[in-house]
Amino acid sequence: MKEIVVLSGKGGTGKTTITASFAALAHKKILVDCDVDAADLHLIFKPTVLETHQFFGGKSAFIDKDLCTACGKCGEICRYDAVNLANKEINKFLCEGCSACSHFCPTGAIKMEDDLSGYWFISHSPYGPFVHARLGIAEENSGKLVSLIRSKARALAEKEKAQLIINDGSPGIGCPVIASITGADYVLIVVEPTLSGIHDLKRVVQLANHFNIPTGVCINKIDINPQMADKISRYCTENNIKVLGSLPYDNCVTKAQVAQKPVVVEYPEREISKKIQDLWKEVEKALS
Amino acid sequence: MKIAIASGKGGTGKTTLATNLAYFLSEKENVTLLDCDVEEPNGHIFIKPEWVTEEKCYLPIPQVNEDKCTHCGLCSQACQFSAIAQVKDKILTFPELCHGCGLCALLCPSQAITEGFREIGTVQIGKKNNLNFIHGKLRVSEAMSPPLIKEVKKQGKNRGITIIDAPPGTSCPVIQSIVNSDFVILVTEPTPFGLNDLELAVGMVKELNIPMAVAINRADIGDNRVQEFCAKENIPVIMEIPHSYELARCYSQGNLAVQELPEYKGYLQRIWDGVKKELAR
Repeated sequence: MKEIVVLSGKGGTGKTTITASFAALAHKKILVDCDVDAADLHLIFKPTVLETHQFFGGKSAFIDKDLCTACGKCGEICRYDAVNLANKEINKFLCEGCSACSHFCPTGAIKMEDDLSGYWFISHSPYGPFVHARLGIAEENSGKLVSLIRSKARALAEKEKAQLIINDGSPGIGCPVIASITGADYVLIVVEPTLSGIHDLKRVVQLANHFNIPTGVCINKIDINPQMADKISRYCTENNIKVLGSLPYDNCVTKAQVAQKPVVVEYPEREISKKIQDLWKEVEKALS
Repeated sequence: MKIAIASGKGGTGKTTLATNLAYFLSEKENVTLLDCDVEEPNGHIFIKPEWVTEEKCYLPIPQVNEDKCTHCGLCSQACQFSAIAQVKDKILTFPELCHGCGLCALLCPSQAITEGFREIGTVQIGKKNNLNFIHGKLRVSEAMSPPLIKEVKKQGKNRGITIIDAPPGTSCPVIQSIVNSDFVILVTEPTPFGLNDLELAVGMVKELNIPMAVAINRADIGDNRVQEFCAKENIPVIMEIPHSYELARCYSQGNLAVQELPEYKGYLQRIWDGVKKELAR
């Protein structure tokens, strides 16, 4: 079984657009949306949810106001500025659930409670089984949720005898991204030809190298700035990274999104669809 | 006054708005721009500041003195992050999982745990003409960005206007970036992805109880469901900018639109007027 992750560093470069088209092109696969705090793939797949599960990401501290004497000990210990002593409250957005306050409260007024941080789903989609999640509003532990849905996807792949898992990643290089690439077989980085795009590409490449994961690059919206695209190609050559494809800017991408279809399904005759098909063939080669 | 610029979806134009607005305002006022997207900071590409200081940022992690440790197991039972574990008569620490809460050291009855440090990134402070610029750069392979974001915000306390460029998404790094702001501008685009992520971002800002407005970029590319959503939710749309090749090209070269495209100043003035009007309510 092979696991590929589509990443970008910078947001909005086309990860989900490309993943959705891969979903339509690949045979016998499991699809995963690892961007759990701003998931979008379901808008294209319009999945039928088969299973819904709760996700408890961690704990949060709560003050029992009747027992609290406002002594301030918790505030001294908390390193996250989460204690509001005047209101005898813990700011749930800042609390990391470490439980230090609860251990040292002299009156036992602080309890730790399990945090329902979101939901994860196994769904049926027109393009294959789909594992996805919804992190609760303003919740933390997105990395834990990503690790969880990836392990569920692997189990599902074994059950369905699928040889491939396609993960749509999130922007950045932090906790959820690290959780989405550890143990994966291949990272495809979608980059746009802008100075910011190059800057962010380099940091994702460093991250993938750190975890020893082979990496390929796709340059999206190449016509925005062909000179920058050349710069990206040069950087990739110098660093032994293969540019697997480049895609033109085409407003049919937005139209396909509005129609809730992968680009290759809605506009199969457009140049961009042909380029995405070529890209997918290159990815398959790189995977084998 | 602290104005945070966030979005939910990435690539909608947060950094373009944050850098241009900060630069525009700094021509007349005392302004600090904080780039809180420490995973992929891009603000400096446009501002091109002269760096004044650079400091590494650390998170405390446990160091166990094996001679003093009695293997009572209290630390590993209490740690909520599985960052310290007792295996038979050995204590193992996993620094990359540690949140730096300090609980293990406080609990240890034999004072066997002291705190060492793990480098999480760098905070750089710079200046461009009148504009103060601060950003954080997360160390590659470090998972925890919120403590670095907190440090960026700590360095950026000043009396004038503070513009905060937040990372994409709606989870802890974004919360850490926008918490305690006076106003949030959510930047979106009129596409299904833009709308879906805007809905999540609006939910987040409501939870934090911060007044907000929406700015729509590439306002002519998709459908009008974003405008309908904002009307229904009673969220003011303080600006709509149509898709512009010149703007995209200017961005791609790492240049400030406010310096290259004269008409862009009008948009920024309108946004700023919109923010002031909302804050005066």
